Amino acid sequence: MRIGLFVPCYVDAFEPQVGIDTLHLLERLGLEVDYPYDQTCCGQPMTNTGCHAESAATEALFVKNFAPYDYVVCPSGSCAHQVRYNLDAIPQTDEVKAVRSKTYELVEFLHDILKVDAFPWAEFPHKVTLHNNCNTLRGLGIASMSELNETAFSKPLALLQKVRGIEMVEIARPDECCGFGGTFSVFEEGVSAKMGHDKVRDQVSAGAAYVTSSDSSCMMHQKGCAQRADLPLKFIHIAQILNGARA
Amino acid sequence: MSDKMLHPELHDPDAKRPARDGEPLDHAEAASKPLRSRMPEAQPRGAKIRGNRPIDQAEAAKRFIAAPEHQKMHDERLWDLRKKRDREMHGMPEWEDLRSFASQIKEHTLAHLDHYLEMFEHNATANGIKVHWAKDAAEHNDIVLGIMREKKATRLIKSKSMLTEECGFREFMTGQGIDVVETDLGERIQQLDDEAPSHVVVPAVHKMRSDVAQVFAKTIGSDPDNDDANYLAERQRAHTRPLILDAQVGMTGANFVVAETGGFVVCTNEGNADLSANIPPVHIASIGIEKLVPRMEHLAVFVRLLSRSALGAPITQYTSHFRGPRAGAEMHVVLVDNGRTERLGMEKFWTSLKCIRCGACMNTCPVFRRSGGLSYGATYAGPIGLIIDPTFNARKYSTLPFSSTLNGSCTNVCPVKINIHEQIASWRQVLAETHEIPFMKKAMMAAAGKILAHPALYRAAIAAADSALKNLPRFAVYNRLNTWGRGREVPAPPPESFHSWYKRNRIDRKQPGGKP
Repeated sequence: MRIGLFVPCYVDAFEPQVGIDTLHLLERLGLEVDYPYDQTCCGQPMTNTGCHAESAATEALFVKNFAPYDYVVCPSGSCAHQVRYNLDAIPQTDEVKAVRSKTYELVEFLHDILKVDAFPWAEFPHKVTLHNNCNTLRGLGIASMSELNETAFSKPLALLQKVRGIEMVEIARPDECCGFGGTFSVFEEGVSAKMGHDKVRDQVSAGAAYVTSSDSSCMMHQKGCAQRADLPLKFIHIAQILNGARA
Repeated sequence: MSDKMLHPELHDPDAKRPARDGEPLDHAEAASKPLRSRMPEAQPRGAKIRGNRPIDQAEAAKRFIAAPEHQKMHDERLWDLRKKRDREMHGMPEWEDLRSFASQIKEHTLAHLDHYLEMFEHNATANGIKVHWAKDAAEHNDIVLGIMREKKATRLIKSKSMLTEECGFREFMTGQGIDVVETDLGERIQQLDDEAPSHVVVPAVHKMRSDVAQVFAKTIGSDPDNDDANYLAERQRAHTRPLILDAQVGMTGANFVVAETGGFVVCTNEGNADLSANIPPVHIASIGIEKLVPRMEHLAVFVRLLSRSALGAPITQYTSHFRGPRAGAEMHVVLVDNGRTERLGMEKFWTSLKCIRCGACMNTCPVFRRSGGLSYGATYAGPIGLIIDPTFNARKYSTLPFSSTLNGSCTNVCPVKINIHEQIASWRQVLAETHEIPFMKKAMMAAAGKILAHPALYRAAIAAADSALKNLPRFAVYNRLNTWGRGREVPAPPPESFHSWYKRNRIDRKQPGGKP
């Protein structure tokens, strides 16, 4: 099984350790992982703003980079969601359709495809709260949603429960959006920051020392809010915990 | 004022209320918990309207957030409705099936709208209702004015109706010398304050009791320092009741219209629609053409969903069925199009006509709860407004679809399964393609698209950004142009990007000195 690792632009630039841990984790699980060297982005910043034509060249580059692999794995549900459901600024050839359908967010790849049943190297003796990115939650369906009358499940929690010593705590509004929203965070910064500050206060009130998520984008925003409010919260990507980070 | 006029529940708010399943009946509209301060915080006002220029929702939202007591109260009130809605949903195992039925019934009806409209007209006419057709707001207003003139009536009492808001009805009638009196408490507060409703179900939800005390003090002479809810409600009642009792014409909207019976249904919690309909000798119902359902049995699906979605209450206090005029009285129905037929022809947006105006999408929307409904500067606020408003005026409301994080909670709570957040995203695309988004935004996206399509440019951009963050002093990073940094810290730049780590550790080691 050949895996193409997609490291989204903001992970590349701001959270390189998330990419490194994702690579190491997949290799630890016995996979052959390539990082296509000319990769950039999935096109989401443009389509999120309605500018689909402006996204076309970026989308075409994505397909060119990742067509050779059996699976494309990405430590960001929001980007995986963009590829699978919104990569439609370019003609939908068989190659494009194939890349779209084999692109997975890391947690669903571990849970649904690899069906990993243990992470013997992982131990995280801290109080942690989980944040699901909205596209990952409501778009990819990584967990049950509080608005729907459906059986409760959570793929990220199922994986985190295999980590020794971890104590999960739940916040008062578990699947309320944190306000990042891609370009929303810049174009509507007032409401965006307010939502982020409300979110990190909720996390602190729940007694969490750490916030984890399969999306660095939301956490980058939340971390910026927590730092500005001087709150004692740390942020760590789920790939890092599953790969054995201790703090 | 007489104690007899006081609703028993208002005498003692802490008294045990009638129980349901062992719990006090917790009526959501009355469950606000006001926050106290010594000096009342001034109520933030809505978006600035500048003719046809695009609404600056973000600016109005910032002013709302800058009034923390109002913002917190607003957020908590509406989140409370969302939680009560969830509780009702979990009490009904068939909830998701009901949503599917409701969606299918609406889609079927909209697909055969001409057929069902004619069926309704035929049956309503047979019941003795006079049916009128209005293609737009102006025709609607003229038809009602015509009836008023014919009756030589000078006062009209009405219950809450978003359609009449759409039509600018009150303003029009006032200009014609007609006294219009709103009978819904929240809507009356808004009328007296000369402000539009901020929410389709709870029109004054953005106001604190101290705000209402100020409005009533100025308009109906109550004590400005007394913001007790019982006192305020009672003063309003004492002031408005005589106006209702001698009104010559009453108006309601309708929540549902039944084609096979020629009747319609009005759902309220205050009984004010029944006063408006039954006291004056003439009842006019203004109804959007999308309100139809084919048969009586379909109502059961919608009545079960409406109040649960809206307020988390199992049913509205009043669900009133009207089929024809009572003896000696007149009943008129004005069926209004006002852009609905055009919307029905929009491939991506026609299903927005399924909306039953429950407001659940507003209650759950994290942006709405922090912005206030008036920040949208449009008749319809919140998620449903973002997809309906641009159909009325694509330029004026071109900014609204961007006032969303596309989180999708609205779609999940919608009782008729409108894919609201997907339609918001589709509107962004339509507006970008028809040049209704700011040039700067489009130029930024074009530049981003160019950089992200070229790996070498992209690498240079990342290196420049990281270097700037590493080397610039704090005052230069947190400047006026850095909107990110106004309320948040900018992420600390790492020692190197993943890309360069990979090159150093995985490529250069395999091919010393070699370029990949």
